[in-house]
Amino acid sequence: MEGISKRFGTLLANDDISLRLGRGEVLALLGENGAGKTTLMNVLFGHYMPDSGSVTVDGRPLPLGRPRAAIRAGVGMVHQHFTLAGNLTVLENVMAGTESLLRPASRTAAARAKLAALADRFGLPADPDARTGDLSVGQQQRVEILKALYNEARILILDEPTAVLTGPEAEGLFAALRGMAAEGLSVIFISHKLQEVMSASDRVVVLRAGRVAAERVTARTSKAELAELMVGRRVERPRKGDTARGAKRLEARGLRLARDGRQVLDGAEFAVHRGEVLGIIGVSGNGQGALADLLSGLGRPDAGAILLEGTSIRGLGPRALRRLGVGRIPEDRNRDGAIGDLSLWENAVLERIDDPRFSRRGVVRAGAARAFCKAVIERFDVRGGTPDSPTRLLSGGNMQKLIFGRTLSDAPKLLLAAQPTRGLDEGAIAAVHGEILAARNGGAAVLLISEDLDEVLALADRVQAIFRGRLSPPVAAEGLDARRLGLMMAGEWERQDAV
Amino acid sequence: MRFERRATRSWGLTLLAPLMAVAVAFVVAGGLIALSGAPVIEAGRRILENAFGSRLALTETLTRTTPLILTGLAAAVAFRARVWNIGAEGQFYGGALATAAMAQVVPGPLAIPALMLAGAVAGVVLLVVPVALRLRFGVDEVVTTLLLNFIVLLFVSLAIEGFLRDPLAFGWPQSVPVPPEARLPKLVDRSRLHVGLVIAVLAAVLVYLVNRYTVFGLQARAAGLSAPAARFAGVPLSRTLLTTACLSGGLAGLAGAIEVMGVKGHVSSDLSPGFGYTGIVVAMLAGLSPLGVILAALFVAALFVGADGMSRALAVPSFIADVTTSLALLAMLVAIFFTQYRVAK
Repeated sequence: MEGISKRFGTLLANDDISLRLGRGEVLALLGENGAGKTTLMNVLFGHYMPDSGSVTVDGRPLPLGRPRAAIRAGVGMVHQHFTLAGNLTVLENVMAGTESLLRPASRTAAARAKLAALADRFGLPADPDARTGDLSVGQQQRVEILKALYNEARILILDEPTAVLTGPEAEGLFAALRGMAAEGLSVIFISHKLQEVMSASDRVVVLRAGRVAAERVTARTSKAELAELMVGRRVERPRKGDTARGAKRLEARGLRLARDGRQVLDGAEFAVHRGEVLGIIGVSGNGQGALADLLSGLGRPDAGAILLEGTSIRGLGPRALRRLGVGRIPEDRNRDGAIGDLSLWENAVLERIDDPRFSRRGVVRAGAARAFCKAVIERFDVRGGTPDSPTRLLSGGNMQKLIFGRTLSDAPKLLLAAQPTRGLDEGAIAAVHGEILAARNGGAAVLLISEDLDEVLALADRVQAIFRGRLSPPVAAEGLDARRLGLMMAGEWERQDAV
Repeated sequence: MRFERRATRSWGLTLLAPLMAVAVAFVVAGGLIALSGAPVIEAGRRILENAFGSRLALTETLTRTTPLILTGLAAAVAFRARVWNIGAEGQFYGGALATAAMAQVVPGPLAIPALMLAGAVAGVVLLVVPVALRLRFGVDEVVTTLLLNFIVLLFVSLAIEGFLRDPLAFGWPQSVPVPPEARLPKLVDRSRLHVGLVIAVLAAVLVYLVNRYTVFGLQARAAGLSAPAARFAGVPLSRTLLTTACLSGGLAGLAGAIEVMGVKGHVSSDLSPGFGYTGIVVAMLAGLSPLGVILAALFVAALFVGADGMSRALAVPSFIADVTTSLALLAMLVAIFFTQYRVAK
């Protein structure tokens, strides 16, 4: 790719970027959210038409802005949000778009054999007759990769492939990518996680603000150097100091919940104290989502007690919980946390609209609401919007700052944060961690539900693992290492001594 | 040609969109008029003249505007909260029938407000039930409200040929008339224009204020844009959607009541030339904005009234009005798309 530039409105997403990819090479494209990584790859794949620049594949110029031409030239892309039809089988998804509509019958047998051969050759097992919608996210990603390979891709682009994967799944993916590179395929993967860039790539191109900030051979660089190149300055995540752990704030006993005939919570127990962060860690799908829902007021357990300062809050809705001093950060900020087409101020006050500050006799006090939003924007450094601009224009990090800001403005007694930094870049993660620790130091009890080991080790005072709806006994985060945590997440805590 | 989303929405474009849509519709309709052998300019002049050119024309257009404002509001209110009310036609007839029936019971000076209330309540019932079914059992309200239209229309036939039949109507199937004291006063003498127009405009202003300034308005918008986020924020979803259903169904029922009390004086099965369905077009042309509904209703009404007169004079089929509104709607949908997207370079 030579001299690629792409402008969106006033934003220069790609500014004269040049990129080379060798045969059999794994290239990592590293950068913060908004650095232009995805835009660049969409140009390569033909989704976007660049304002200037050219792309050459195997010495031949690639017609720009045409995905079909890119596919024919051997470029395959696995998007961050998959493009599979959930109601079709794996085989049908892989074949989709490869056959002429005029052909009376499709050649399934040949396709099936080709798919099986590919799956075998690259170690990507997939059941061709499974309904795609029933597969796990990791399996769906395999189908996406197989689909690209089926189309004879020799250059494979993966956009944030590990964002949706668990640790072991990610390792499996990178092993498969290595195998492909060994067979002469070229791989580009987009990431903002330093760890996986270091472990999986041959070469790293760092993008910052639409330009190539640096290019390094992976073996001759370090995490620290890459972090600095990516952000343009040194970023340090805040460290927790000591606080005095106070009285018990939130207690849950024997929580049980069945969903669709599956026991998602099976006797979960924990307690969070004033001035501490309790981290609940687990591989996704072990019941932490259901736990967060229950504590956010989105459901009622089948059995068990939830007590806030000794009083039951079981079955209370979001409004009652907020009034009692529970601040909630949802797991999926785009789905639950904010509404893109409402303005910032509307999102800031929606969950506290029953507060007499923001409404009187059913009429919204827009002036007060805007002032509240403005205060949140200033205090929590939300960038890219005014109280009246639509929320969808905010980046993920700034949207999360808005959500934290509105929640912390209530000075909650209990802060419930579910996956608070998922999908955020390094700078935003540092800001969010800072807020969580500030809340803890200010005397709030914090319940942190996360899948990120580093995050839990950095923030939590005590840790419990969640596995198949059950919680391990709490252990002190002090002196805990990743290996021990990994065992706990696999449900092996019975053999360990609880602290 | 490919499209990409605009980063920001410009107000100029948003206001320009309906004007462009109408212009495109007129150009295409002009072609069709030419095709039917009539002089295009002359046809356009006659449409304008028959819609606005005289006292009679103007009052007729405004009479036609009145129910369209109310059914347009009914659609706009519902669609904002993603309640797909396709049943305004049925709610209109339900309201009309309830009004005619109530008129036999309530006498004297109380009659006007009581009859309007009866019409609105009938509309409310006809929409609240489908919405409650959706909330409770997940039944698609597009299907239920659409099919209810046919049920209600058949029930109206049953009533006006049976228990509500006017024995003095020389065998025409129409309901017993509403007594004179329950008829709406005229706005202009020697015309059909009645105070219903004022009520409809006030309703539009009221809906605008509710939408813009109340907690309910904010919650209804939130519920329509993202149900999961509204639920997380503690918006009472069922209550908000049911209240929306009451507002929407009530407006459509009120339209029926006002049409009976203001224009016809009785219910017949040709009371509405599709006011309920045209309300959806009006709401879309208005971009679901309550005040925009007034203008969109006026536009559609003028087109229908004007095209009627034009077709009598020039022997162009009066279906040209239907074609033009449909074209305007299609063009509007394209125009709305272009306020949000642009052609990628």
